[in-house]
Amino acid sequence: MSIPSRFETVHGTRAQSLVQVRNLSKDYHSGSFPFRTTVPAVKNVSFDIGQGEIIALVGESGSGKSTIARILARLEQPTSGSLILDGEDIFATQKRKASMAYRGKVQMVFQDPFGSLNPAHRIEHFLVRPLLLHQGPAGTNELRAKVRELIAAVGLDEAMLERYPHQLSGGQRQRVAIARALAAEPEVILADEPTSMLDVSVRIGILNLMRRLRDERGVSMLYITHDLASARYIADKTMVMCAGELVEGGESLELMANPHHPYTRLLLSAVPDARGANRAPGTAGPGGHYTSPAGPSQRVQLTDSHWALDYPSAR
Amino acid sequence: MSTILQGGPHAGPRAASNPVLSIKDLRVSYTTGLGTVNAVDGVSLDIGAGEIFGLAGESGCGKSTIANAVMRLLQAPAKITAGSIDLNQCNVLTLSDEELRRTRWRDMSMVFQSAMNAMNPVMTIGEQIMDVFTTHEKMPKKEARERAAHLLSLVDIKADRLKSYPHQLSGGMRQRVVIAIALALNPSLLIMDEPTTALDVVVQRDIMAQIKELQQSLGFSVLFITHDISLMVELSHRMAVMYAGRLVEVAPSNVLLDDPLHPYTTALMNAFPPLSGPRTELLGLPDAPPTSAGRPSGCSFHPRCPLAMDACRIQDPVLRPAAENHDAACLLVPEFVVPPERLAQ
Repeated sequence: MSIPSRFETVHGTRAQSLVQVRNLSKDYHSGSFPFRTTVPAVKNVSFDIGQGEIIALVGESGSGKSTIARILARLEQPTSGSLILDGEDIFATQKRKASMAYRGKVQMVFQDPFGSLNPAHRIEHFLVRPLLLHQGPAGTNELRAKVRELIAAVGLDEAMLERYPHQLSGGQRQRVAIARALAAEPEVILADEPTSMLDVSVRIGILNLMRRLRDERGVSMLYITHDLASARYIADKTMVMCAGELVEGGESLELMANPHHPYTRLLLSAVPDARGANRAPGTAGPGGHYTSPAGPSQRVQLTDSHWALDYPSAR
Repeated sequence: MSTILQGGPHAGPRAASNPVLSIKDLRVSYTTGLGTVNAVDGVSLDIGAGEIFGLAGESGCGKSTIANAVMRLLQAPAKITAGSIDLNQCNVLTLSDEELRRTRWRDMSMVFQSAMNAMNPVMTIGEQIMDVFTTHEKMPKKEARERAAHLLSLVDIKADRLKSYPHQLSGGMRQRVVIAIALALNPSLLIMDEPTTALDVVVQRDIMAQIKELQQSLGFSVLFITHDISLMVELSHRMAVMYAGRLVEVAPSNVLLDDPLHPYTTALMNAFPPLSGPRTELLGLPDAPPTSAGRPSGCSFHPRCPLAMDACRIQDPVLRPAAENHDAACLLVPEFVVPPERLAQ
């Protein structure tokens, strides 16, 4: 069974970019004078998200991938750089109305489904609230129909609407979080490690759901993860992030078949792959850390869509 | 004893003759206002000396309950209703508080899932490690400090970190410190309950390599608990798959990898997207809500099983030999009968 041809068409027709991130940087400060230190979390990052595209942003903890998601969700202000959605520079205007409109277009699914749903409310509440906030007032019947449509879209039974979060499994809760994001009818969903808190056995279900929603509704997704295998599974394109920088990017299959950057290779080797041809049971692979060599880097174009940073001085 | 495997000394027979840990027919139940849940429902397993034994299963299947039962950490409403747990031929369940105090950490120790919560945030790393020596060995401070520095070096952390507080370390380092603390008194059994779940893949790989290395040099046995079966296959010698309080398949890891017999094991194995080859759709497993008191009739896996037959709804399969060194609890798997010529030997 092969995955629908959408994967190919997205690249074949060169999807139009919906979100353009340009030269985004974010510094965090800590301490106070004279011990003030600056940590650059994101360094000069640029990328596009096309209409109906799933883009994976991969990196280990502390690489800055969640910071990018938080900036895109407007939970953080960048130090510099711009974010363009539908041709409009988002950080140029600070009006509340504009920011509300933005939140209607860009929604986020958080990592922890145990923390992101208020335990005091029934599931129905989580879907009714964004509907009222973003779609304006509606009649009870209309609202009810929309809630039912949402819960069915994420593959849950209507009976779930009456339950409380603690009565649901982690996978079911994450489905509710996705339904909540869908309620605003967004153009982009930012999913920050949506499966890392879940049992391995139900992760695939969530990934399949995300892909189905993209196929059916044409919603774009930024999928943030440290698991390259799952990025390869659902994302059209993958970007690898290391210490705040994008170090490699390209179509997922191509990138993982021919990884160029040493950090990408390190991430690949760290994925537990029971079926890996050359990994015998009982042999954990070599660990290791990667730090970018000092000196200038240059961007090399490996194929039409695949690029990586190269460090000529380190050769 | 014949081994069909090329692996290490423990890759073969199902139970070592002198197991470090021997659990027989363990049953643990939780009684709540809604009824009684049998979290562990008749589990038997043996872990040999120097063996890494993996216990895999989804959240709520009872794997952590087993770990806590072995450490005698279970608290009401959990209750051990039947069975025995022997550590080095000594029944853990009947130990007095004083005996238990001597057994814990010296004979068996545990690494918990969340290293941050397992450590005291207002004590330095050094104090927490030295605590073990001063409490259990009545060791003078100076010597304890030297031992603590040595322990940290075992897990590749510099001795100057003894003065650090937990929040000053990264997640991976904290987990290493917790492992070092667990190994302080050279226990014969180390229980690890999802030690890398909160960490990212690169750190996870490092920690796994470290555990493997320490196990080979120090020779302790490991009961390793995780929901990530691909990780476990790479680390453990022998493993058991657990579902709804029971073991459904037990075999050496590479046998389980190449030839899983239970449909649940197969489903767990197929839940991982591959890193090479064509991109094909995986199905995973249907989501299961948390189990309350109700247990399905017949085989408890049948509501989610892709191969379920009518008989599965009625008949409850028992764990029985399915091949040499390979047990499975599934009606579809025929029972293995030892060839008569082998019996004669």
